[in-house]
Amino acid sequence: MTDIWEGLLHAFRMLLALDPDLVEITFLSFRVTLTAVVIASVIALPLAALLVVRRFRARRAVIAILNALMGLPPVVVGLIVYILLSRSGPFGVMGLLFTPTAMIIAQVIIILPLIASIAHQSLRELWSDYHDLLISLNTTQRQRIVTLIWDGRRALLTAALAGFGRAIGEVGAIMIVGGNIDHATRVLTTAIALETGKGDFALALALGFVLIALAIMVNIAIHWLTRTETEGRW
Amino acid sequence: MGLLPLVAEGAMVRRRGKHLIGPVDLKLEGAGVTMVVGPNGSGKTSLLSVLHGTLRLSGGDVRWACPLDEARKKQGFVFQTPKLLRRSVRDNLTYPLILLGVAKSEAREKAAEWAERVGIEHAFMQPARILSGGERQKLALARALIREPEVLFLDEPCSSLDGRATREIEEILISASNAGTRIMMSTHNMGQAKRLGDEVIFVLDGKLLEFRAAGAFFEAPETAQARAFLRGDIVE
Repeated sequence: MTDIWEGLLHAFRMLLALDPDLVEITFLSFRVTLTAVVIASVIALPLAALLVVRRFRARRAVIAILNALMGLPPVVVGLIVYILLSRSGPFGVMGLLFTPTAMIIAQVIIILPLIASIAHQSLRELWSDYHDLLISLNTTQRQRIVTLIWDGRRALLTAALAGFGRAIGEVGAIMIVGGNIDHATRVLTTAIALETGKGDFALALALGFVLIALAIMVNIAIHWLTRTETEGRW
Repeated sequence: MGLLPLVAEGAMVRRRGKHLIGPVDLKLEGAGVTMVVGPNGSGKTSLLSVLHGTLRLSGGDVRWACPLDEARKKQGFVFQTPKLLRRSVRDNLTYPLILLGVAKSEAREKAAEWAERVGIEHAFMQPARILSGGERQKLALARALIREPEVLFLDEPCSSLDGRATREIEEILISASNAGTRIMMSTHNMGQAKRLGDEVIFVLDGKLLEFRAAGAFFEAPETAQARAFLRGDIVE
């Protein structure tokens, strides 16, 4: 209990003093996660809409695989990305291992199925409302996808936020591919793991509180900006 | 090139071994309002959907006077339950125009004009969900008419509306018909069929039993089933 209290105080002190290391780590966490969420959303949302509007033979299999991949173990993803980016791997020549880019790649792989699956569920409901109308208006597949994404944007935001939540708290994969290098690839979660290992629980907890506060602030800011709560479903 | 005549030859729909409609042979041409009547489950909605092209044929043929792609752009469909986009009234009205490539400013001007014409201008910038049942159906109707379709299909558009809303919808339909839109509409309401119809199609068990001038149909139906239906008997 004392550790938790000390951790809170420590967190406050670091925030008030704008501790340069904390700012750097927090900023990198934010940058890596936000970039991963944007990239994953750009791929996952149209994919989810496509799976809703288009009937093809392997559709059910693709949905089942996406759902299964939601529980993808981050450590395994980290290991695979590590192998692919390591010097002897197929992409080793790009020199991406132990860089923020490698961390972004790992996070995109982890959160893409999650965002796509949640988005698919939301858009399926919307499509059942829109199906007859959009067919009747003779819309093209592209027009249907654009309409679903636009009209379902608030529900899709929730999907993206779920991805953000998972990515910002991710440690296993980015520890492997990022290496937790000070002033290079150290983010909040890997710093917490490091400080816990060193036995500095107060600092680890302080970083933990910053991480939680960051996740809550991003959620509140996005809900406020998009007026999700006040404008309801549509 | 005009859309009519619409010709159906042996048009038939089967789904999962169940016979939904057909074989249907009909020719729709000229102007006016054709009412589709028949008991519940007789195939009225299926008939309209087949002609509109949203229900895939299992056999036979449905042909317009112009190529299918062009034909789809010149028709409208109003559903029994209004299908509205989760957008404002204005954006519901501009949507079909924007699909056709109309400039946004022009589409908005036209949307305002139509909102006023059907009496929902007070909610123009409001989400469509706040409209009452009658207003929703008027919005759906305005959205179908905003493209100035040559043919408009309506599937029991007044089935859940009160007398006043029904009257307002009928007035809009009459003015659309006078402006040259060919209307084909299903209904349960024989009073409405008499008020609006120039022709009547009587459907039973997926088959067209009668297709005649409205006056002749209501005065002297040719088939025993139509006579029973008009008497109010249960027809199977």
